[in-house]
Amino acid sequence: MPALPLKISHYTLTNALGQGKSSALQALQSGHSGLRPCDLEGVDLETWIGRVPELENLPLPDAWQAYDCRNNRLALLGLQQDGFLQAVDAAKARYGVERIGVFIGSSTSGIATTEIAYRDRQDDRLPADFTPATTHNIASPCHFVRLALGLNGPALAISTACSSSATVFAAADRYIRSGLCDAAIVGGIDSLCLTTLYGFNSLDLISDRPCRPWDGSRNGINIGEAAGYALLEKSPEGESSLQLLGFGESSDAYHMSTPHPQGDGALAAMNQALQSAGLTPSQIDYVNLHGTATRSNDASEDRAVCRLFEHCPPCSSTKGFTGHTLGAAGITEAVFSLLCLEAGWMPQSLQTESRDPELGANILLQPQSAPLRHVLSNSFGFGGNNCSLIFGLAK
Amino acid sequence: MIRFGLSRIGIITEGIDSWSEAAAVLRGETPYRDGELAALKPAMLKPNERRRTTRTIKLALQVTETVLQDYPDRQDLLSVFSSSEGDLDIIDQICQALCLPDRPVSPTQFHNSVHNAPAGYWSIGSASQAASCSLAALDGGFSAGLIEAASQVFSEQRPVLLVCYDQLPPPLMQSVIPIRTPFAVALLLTPEQDSQPCLAHLQLRLDAQGEPDRLANQALERLRLSAPAARSLTLLEAVASELPSQHRCLNYLPGLNLHLTITR
Repeated sequence: MPALPLKISHYTLTNALGQGKSSALQALQSGHSGLRPCDLEGVDLETWIGRVPELENLPLPDAWQAYDCRNNRLALLGLQQDGFLQAVDAAKARYGVERIGVFIGSSTSGIATTEIAYRDRQDDRLPADFTPATTHNIASPCHFVRLALGLNGPALAISTACSSSATVFAAADRYIRSGLCDAAIVGGIDSLCLTTLYGFNSLDLISDRPCRPWDGSRNGINIGEAAGYALLEKSPEGESSLQLLGFGESSDAYHMSTPHPQGDGALAAMNQALQSAGLTPSQIDYVNLHGTATRSNDASEDRAVCRLFEHCPPCSSTKGFTGHTLGAAGITEAVFSLLCLEAGWMPQSLQTESRDPELGANILLQPQSAPLRHVLSNSFGFGGNNCSLIFGLAK
Repeated sequence: MIRFGLSRIGIITEGIDSWSEAAAVLRGETPYRDGELAALKPAMLKPNERRRTTRTIKLALQVTETVLQDYPDRQDLLSVFSSSEGDLDIIDQICQALCLPDRPVSPTQFHNSVHNAPAGYWSIGSASQAASCSLAALDGGFSAGLIEAASQVFSEQRPVLLVCYDQLPPPLMQSVIPIRTPFAVALLLTPEQDSQPCLAHLQLRLDAQGEPDRLANQALERLRLSAPAARSLTLLEAVASELPSQHRCLNYLPGLNLHLTITR
């Protein structure tokens, strides 16, 4: 019994563009980037970052002290926007706390806490107040969100690198279809840390300038942080709503940190998403690319997009607005896709001055208005885990 | 209520490296004796990859090879990888490097640091482009993995590989990470209608009620508590006993348990 399409009855996003989805839409529409020169404490890299200000001054309430870390602070700040808590309360009244699942993606969770514990260790002992289970652990943001929302249904903490918070949509569909829950909170949270900044730097994948997806001069990513959520419910027939129409997941089976040069894995994910949505490629009106702005990622995704779409739909990468929010990239760009569907509007690939002549996708260098029915969003990760999502506006 | 088949089991821990050994121990036919962990040499890694990967990745891949020995359709398998802590050796080394001047993080270690690294090596080693999920759930990691895999079997009506693994923490983290034994378990789950023979049929439901079952044998109970993946022993003991119908309760999340009905 298929659960798709699922109604997206509420959603929110907090990142370098601001708190809440109206800040995000305003920044996208005004072409305002959230990137700034890297000013994260203790980092001496020449790069730009998409930072959420003031997290350092927003400790969690005392009751949740064990969970206090940059990542869970961002998780809570994100939950507090756009009336999301009220929407969850209303859903609890409809379904009951045991019938709402929580599906959260994160790549590095609260690893910054472990970095600090290692920095502050003495005599080869980590500080006594270091509680990795509730901060560093991959499950921490998922368990924290479940606790903060007062839910007691199933929960799943997914970590498939940069596709983590796209795959949560697929898992939510399966759990609803299997009868494990009736509604789902899906989301993703990832926050700035030394591990990813110096890790991507070690792979020579960090740009010293604001990133330029699909540009011939692109030379790497900027790292950002974000928290975003959506509330998914079964979709009553005939009701006007935003919907998750389809998803596709694949593995590259190629290399741990380099995508397949012909985009085979990306193509498989997009094809499956179309199949599950019951759509043909020509019915996709806009593609929000993964578009990290590394040489090989953009080239691989470009091959996949050009192999699949004969009608060259408008495409853009929004990484130039937010930076690459890694485990939160899936939910970030899902929210952007929903905002575009509602606004009938598509953002440009910010900072991209001209398309790399070796690439073929129809990259928007200027924003464009058009009625949108179906939007596809791509997320691909290290390890080769790919996920494509298709959203629509049912009228 | 989700129903599915359990057709194969693989297990590696100290003193045990096959399902037949584990089943004899769990039935009480032979006593449990811990000992050395078998040498980890997963054949799906090329020699240069084997050098660059870690004991955590090798443990996950080796238990996968054990459960899929002679299995014909690896490329089509959906997969779920569950680990409580992922690769703590790598996190330890990266965090140590971040304390040094110039922060010499190793690029190979960084790309192996992602939680889905074993899934990535599995996909490369098996040439499988099928979907794969990697997850974490602290002490409830085995239950969370089983539920995720069961939801995939149910909704896709295809066999699903579940791999649940935990490796020992490095010295600095031993006081804060409650893993005392390396433990890996792999299950092959099949749709209920599948014609292949299976070890047991399972039904799964979630309930706030109930208490997680313990093992009567004290050595095995200690093993069960020594790693999140070892919580699987509750299910494996019921399967090994070959009784017609049994019920077991496993820990899953704070305030929520996993209830399994196991039938022959």
